[in-house]
Amino acid sequence: MPPLLFYLFALITLGFGLLVVTARNPVTSALSLAMSFVGLAALFLSLDAYFIGIIQILVYAGAVMVLFLFIIMLLDIKAEEGKTFNLKAVVGGIVLAAILAVQVATIASSYQPGKTRLDEAKLDLKLAADYSKLPTIANDLRAGTLPDAKLMGQSLFQRYGFHLQVIGLLLLVGTVGVVALSKREREAN
Amino acid sequence: MPAQETSHATLPTLLLLLPFFTALAILLGHRLLKGAAVMLSLFSAAACFLISMMMLGSNTTGDVVPLLPFIEIGKFRFAIDALIDQQCRGMMFIVTSIGLLVHVFSLGYMKQDAGKVRFFGALSLFMFSMTGIVLAGNLVMMFVFWELVGLSSYLLIGHWFEKASAADASKKAFLTNRIGDFGFMIGILMLFAANHGNVSLAGADGLREALTSGTLHDIAQTQGTYMTMAVLCLFMGAVGKSAQFPLHVWLPDAMEGPTPVSALIHAATMVAAGVYMLVRVAFLIEAAPVAAQTIAWIGGITALMAALMATQQNDIKRVLAYSTLSQLGYMVMAVGLVAMQHAGAHHEAVPGHPGMFHLYTHAFFKAMLFLGAGAVIYSCHHEQDMWKMGGLMKHMPVTFITFAIGTASLMGVPFITSGFWSKEAILGVAFEVKGGSPLFWIGVATTMLTAFYMTRLFVVAFLGKPRTESAHHATEAPVVMLLPLLVLAGLTLISAVPGFARLLEAMTPHHAEEHMTVMIASILALVIGAGGGFYLYKGKDKDPLNIRLFANKFYWDEIYAVLVKVFQDTLAWIVAGLDRLLVDGIFSRLPAFLAGRIGSAARSLQGGHLQAYTFLLGLGAVLVIYLVVFVLPAAGH
Amino acid sequence: MITLSHYLIVSALLFALGLAGVVARRNILIIYMCLEMMLSAASLTLVAFTRFHVTDGLPDFAAQSLVFFTITVAAAEVAVGLAIIVALYRAKQSVETEAVTKLQG
Repeated sequence: MPPLLFYLFALITLGFGLLVVTARNPVTSALSLAMSFVGLAALFLSLDAYFIGIIQILVYAGAVMVLFLFIIMLLDIKAEEGKTFNLKAVVGGIVLAAILAVQVATIASSYQPGKTRLDEAKLDLKLAADYSKLPTIANDLRAGTLPDAKLMGQSLFQRYGFHLQVIGLLLLVGTVGVVALSKREREAN
Repeated sequence: MPAQETSHATLPTLLLLLPFFTALAILLGHRLLKGAAVMLSLFSAAACFLISMMMLGSNTTGDVVPLLPFIEIGKFRFAIDALIDQQCRGMMFIVTSIGLLVHVFSLGYMKQDAGKVRFFGALSLFMFSMTGIVLAGNLVMMFVFWELVGLSSYLLIGHWFEKASAADASKKAFLTNRIGDFGFMIGILMLFAANHGNVSLAGADGLREALTSGTLHDIAQTQGTYMTMAVLCLFMGAVGKSAQFPLHVWLPDAMEGPTPVSALIHAATMVAAGVYMLVRVAFLIEAAPVAAQTIAWIGGITALMAALMATQQNDIKRVLAYSTLSQLGYMVMAVGLVAMQHAGAHHEAVPGHPGMFHLYTHAFFKAMLFLGAGAVIYSCHHEQDMWKMGGLMKHMPVTFITFAIGTASLMGVPFITSGFWSKEAILGVAFEVKGGSPLFWIGVATTMLTAFYMTRLFVVAFLGKPRTESAHHATEAPVVMLLPLLVLAGLTLISAVPGFARLLEAMTPHHAEEHMTVMIASILALVIGAGGGFYLYKGKDKDPLNIRLFANKFYWDEIYAVLVKVFQDTLAWIVAGLDRLLVDGIFSRLPAFLAGRIGSAARSLQGGHLQAYTFLLGLGAVLVIYLVVFVLPAAGH
Repeated sequence: MITLSHYLIVSALLFALGLAGVVARRNILIIYMCLEMMLSAASLTLVAFTRFHVTDGLPDFAAQSLVFFTITVAAAEVAVGLAIIVALYRAKQSVETEAVTKLQG
């Protein structure tokens, strides 16, 4: 990926991220967050993580954002007009964020592996094909494409099978929790 | 021979464990068992009775049979063991037979009671504790079960705890007993110290052995005061449990409990435990003549005073309660007198103690009187005031006859009643003992008063005309209640017959000779008392006598109230002062002040503002990063 | 040319923005969005590291699985969190942090 595109998408991500924090209207914030995530997904694509990028767009920019917007509309939350910001909180937040950013920047600049350029860390699909045990993956690799989803699937279902089950259970518990939370409210009303 | 020992231990172990497990089962499973709990309790009482009958047949000598090692710390040993001799077997017969009859009676009396199961559970607990006392081969074990009977008595007096008076009475009984028990404990500890930690009643190194030739012998010879104190402390236990003056106040109030309980615990068995204990340690009392005299006098005072109080009571159960007090006083007096008689000379275990003999006859007729009173109360719809009864003779013939037998026995109608013989025995000892003549006259006076108040009760409640509706409609009690009455009436009549008494062992006094003076005096007293009572109360609807002092029980309750108040207030004042200065001031206020200051300083952090919390969280994270990444590597870690 | 540090710094900035938002904003919904942003920033770090850690000629897919899990957990968290916010709104008629100060000492 050309550096220009990287800077463009980084700018989109951070710019809309800033808008999320500063926008008065929650709808603006939510849509900005969606845009920010689209930029982030593009950054993922630039890192050859196609599957994660798509998931990011589908789950975050799609499902989660719809949920946010839905709640905002449901609760009919207006822009906080006329309300002044809590000055202490704003100053505290900015200072804290600045310190953190400075700290991480210091670490990143002195981190030697961080100097690796993207073209230095080259993928070797032919070599990978030799290591691959599954014929479908090996064929794709020999054809010169990165079978991203298949490799993720291999990792998830072979190596992290149990973890996947646990995550499934977590989603189930989450669903039950949401139902329970809503139900109690209905009784109270 | 181990085999023989095992067989010796089997029956007593069963006697202890049966009621124990019954009580436990009822306690744990009363919801599950429901009606079956009652039957279980009844069955256990019946089984205990059978076992005690089997024990009567056995021919063990006075050896201590170990049942269960309980505590062993270094040299100190405390075991659950049994001293099975004639006294034990006889007492066990009384306890289990009356226990069984009271269980049967309660089936009828407590039929409608909501707390029936609880009642029978407590009754089983009582049977367990009482058999423990009777069996006890050492004083520590006796003390343990002593406390247990106190507990079960507390539970049973307070059976109708919704009633404030019952709850108060149970507390009063428990607290008053605590005073006596504390003395008992000190007495045991004094003997414990004197005899190197062995307080067995018999056996090698036991107290009896020690008194004859061991450590106690020297102490008794050289330090008479120590011995006297120890014996008097033991006696304090009996004063509490047998409700002797000045701790007698709890027993009349204990009549708040259900009537079967009054019959079993507060007439026949538990209150007699004090006397039983004194007889068990009679050899110690003999070694302390001063203590023996004190005991005899306390008994005499109690007998006379309680008889005086009984003449002015209107509650049918209270009259019987005071009569119990009076009779217990008799027994205690007998214990003291016998000890005085034997003082100095060492006797073998006395087989026929007059105190025990009276305990035994009294147990039967007093239990019967109480059960009879219970039947009357049951039939008159829980009316206890005898002035509201009257004419019950026609309505309740069986109860009337049994009650008449009991009354005759308590008054000591000559020759045919058991009460006469046992009373004669005590008066005989009082007459014989040197310095016993004042006590003899006290005894005679008590006999007269007993005849008087029992005639009063009998005439007012059973003869004449019904004074109220409930007395008018009274009907005979159910068979399940009459049966125990009849059995007890039979036992009352035959219990002093020499053949029968010998069968039960131990209880007949060993000297059969009768003094003419004693007999004439007691018969005269009886005639005067009964005649006076009959003359005064025949056909009366109100009490012609009105003696405030007696009716108010010599104002003992009031005196105690004032005493307790004065002492308590003073003590409370001092303690409160110390409390305010030390506890409130230095130990409580100061730390509270500091904690409060620190708290309010820390409180400002807990503003409840989400943003403040997240800010602090972020600050913490940043600080951790700073320390871990920038400070620690620089410091060389 | 783009290096690993570029990605890390973008991620750090995104994270810091999220943190600033969480501390500074009073609207709980927006705080929630900022939290999502912080989570995504962490994901970016992870993905960047997987790409630069080439094993057998491929990115490290084991670590990408972790990102997958993170996204899943975040989705579950959003669902529950939003349900709580709705419940809170029904109880307090507000989604401002000032409305929830029950923990005040």
